[in-house]
Amino acid sequence: MKPGDVLLQLALQFAMLSLIAVGGANAVVPEMHRFFVESRGWLSDSEFADLFAIAQAAPGPNVMIVGLLGWQVAGILGAVVATVAMCGPSGLLIYGVGRVWHRFRGKPWRAAVQTGMAPLTVGLILASGYILARAADQGWSGYAVTAATVALVLTTKLHPLWLLGAAAVLGCLGLV
Amino acid sequence: MAAISEPADLVDPREVTLAALFFGFLRIALSGFGGVLAWARWLIVEQRRWLSDQDFTNVLSLCQFLPGPNIVNVSIYVGGHFRGPLGAIVAFSGLMGAPTAIALVLGALYQHFGDLAIVRGGFAGISAAAAGLVIATGLKMAAPYRGRPISFGFGLLAFGAVGPLRISMVAVLAALAPLSIAVAWLRRR
Repeated sequence: MKPGDVLLQLALQFAMLSLIAVGGANAVVPEMHRFFVESRGWLSDSEFADLFAIAQAAPGPNVMIVGLLGWQVAGILGAVVATVAMCGPSGLLIYGVGRVWHRFRGKPWRAAVQTGMAPLTVGLILASGYILARAADQGWSGYAVTAATVALVLTTKLHPLWLLGAAAVLGCLGLV
Repeated sequence: MAAISEPADLVDPREVTLAALFFGFLRIALSGFGGVLAWARWLIVEQRRWLSDQDFTNVLSLCQFLPGPNIVNVSIYVGGHFRGPLGAIVAFSGLMGAPTAIALVLGALYQHFGDLAIVRGGFAGISAAAAGLVIATGLKMAAPYRGRPISFGFGLLAFGAVGPLRISMVAVLAALAPLSIAVAWLRRR
């Protein structure tokens, strides 16, 4: 496959995801996984999970996962193409709609669209968590770390970095 | 963008230069580990006083409602509001440039040392915990729907179809979004 061909595929895939990413980048993780792991076979399950882990552990927006995926298959240019494709179409939309949105304040259809879309967004985020857990966890100890992280986030106010750090230490000790 | 009011306690919009936008969003990006929206609100509303609290909430709700990465949408909206298309591009570059560079350096280290047993182990731990962070975020977002069986049902359908059943998200949204919006419309008060 020619390098330009890969870049074109990245651009088209992420431009499409850009416009269906209701709820942000993490909501389309299942589609990224389908494209990179299942459909193209460019990454293994654990490579995909590792890149997502890097994006979570580094400072910055969640959408960095897109740049990392592009970089892994097509280098720096791949990272730039994937990031711009993921942010461009939705960016044009927000730029355009932002100029007229205030006119629709108080319109009942606007509230209905928001009320209707919100629970779907939540379902998609949870589906992303499910896909990531399946990709990352190869045994009971991995699932135990995932479950413990969920429990700690829900019951304490610990900063997420502490949880990632603790999990990294457990992993380095060979316990995950 | 007349949605944004300009009370006296906000900065003069002329002070929000391209450089201010670039470095403002750069700082937001580097402050936030695992989600930067809270930092965006702090810098834009409290520290720099570019927007009022109410305006920021309105902007954010639009950015969450439209597709695309939320914080990226915020940068494009805010940059565009003060400095037009160039401002949008500059704010976006400030937000994404440094974090992407850092992530790629980490990625390169991963490629080099990813086969070492200790690194493999570390990543097994981090990626398991990262999945947990996403699940916990979803559960927190789901909590308000506990007493609302219809919304809860739609969320559950979206989860089941895209997660365990692995149905394409485009197909799932095409089927569920119109239904869910129609139900919300019929039940509106």
